[in-house]
Amino acid sequence: MKIGVVTFPGSLDDVDARRAVRLAGGDPVALWHGDHDLKGVDAVILPGGFSYGDYLRCGAIARFAPVMTEVVAAAKGGLPVLGICNGFQILCESHLLPGALIRNDHRTFICRDQVLRVENAATAWTNGYHAGQEIVIPLKNGEGGFVADEATLDRLEGEGRVVFRYVGVNPNGSLRDIAGITNERGNVVGLMPHPEHAVEELCGPGTDGLGFFTSALATLAGVA
Amino acid sequence: MPRVVVEVMPKPEILDPQGKAVHGALPRLGFDGILEVRQGKRFELEVAETDEATLAEVREIAETLLSNPVIEDFTVHWADTVGTVRVEEA
Repeated sequence: MKIGVVTFPGSLDDVDARRAVRLAGGDPVALWHGDHDLKGVDAVILPGGFSYGDYLRCGAIARFAPVMTEVVAAAKGGLPVLGICNGFQILCESHLLPGALIRNDHRTFICRDQVLRVENAATAWTNGYHAGQEIVIPLKNGEGGFVADEATLDRLEGEGRVVFRYVGVNPNGSLRDIAGITNERGNVVGLMPHPEHAVEELCGPGTDGLGFFTSALATLAGVA
Repeated sequence: MPRVVVEVMPKPEILDPQGKAVHGALPRLGFDGILEVRQGKRFELEVAETDEATLAEVREIAETLLSNPVIEDFTVHWADTVGTVRVEEA
């Protein structure tokens, strides 16, 4: 199964994301922001980083990158898409996911091992977990505060589309402790913390992040 | 050349950490009378025509790229009609 990882100018975690795909048993495929081509991949990851220097707003310029035309169309057709950190911001700017990410309420960059609760274990990227499971993966961002209007938040909660919630502390002022959400169909997932940095015992807080990638492979194999 | 100004501000209900940081610095400088600071962005777009169609186009630009309607509001106006001070370029 081929999982594409898009590299934008300023992406940082594209190599780690491809590595995570490989460790999970998939075939990583490098995709380029300037191409109108998904190279026949079965799923796409928008990685973390600072695409276009975070100029204007995080993800605001990446949203209009040529490759995003294809990503948006494919996502609407059911292609599994995962946005991590800057990738989550791009998904929100692309309107594939509702809401927006604003500067952390404490105004400082944060980097820590973060406990999350998996609220929805039925998405294309979380079916390897069980609902209520707590996982620890790194969180590192300056603009990770998830905001949306009350009606949108109520809808997300009511439809079970809050996929992850911060446990213990709310690290950035995200409304209702939301760390990650999904679309109506469950194929598009975005979150601020970084599962691709928790896929090997040697480095990072453990291997809790590997399940994202094995979940996607299981979805693609039709066994999820 | 005529210019159109687009001003983008965080919506009132959205937390503005940058504005808060600026506000927090004021008492240290001895300014105690400021109740709140909100920080936004100002864009100046140089255009060829001064017609309504140009303004409509800028509004579309403001809505699709310059602002995010989820968290920000924007206004669009002609630079000259509101007495904008033009800074002379060196």
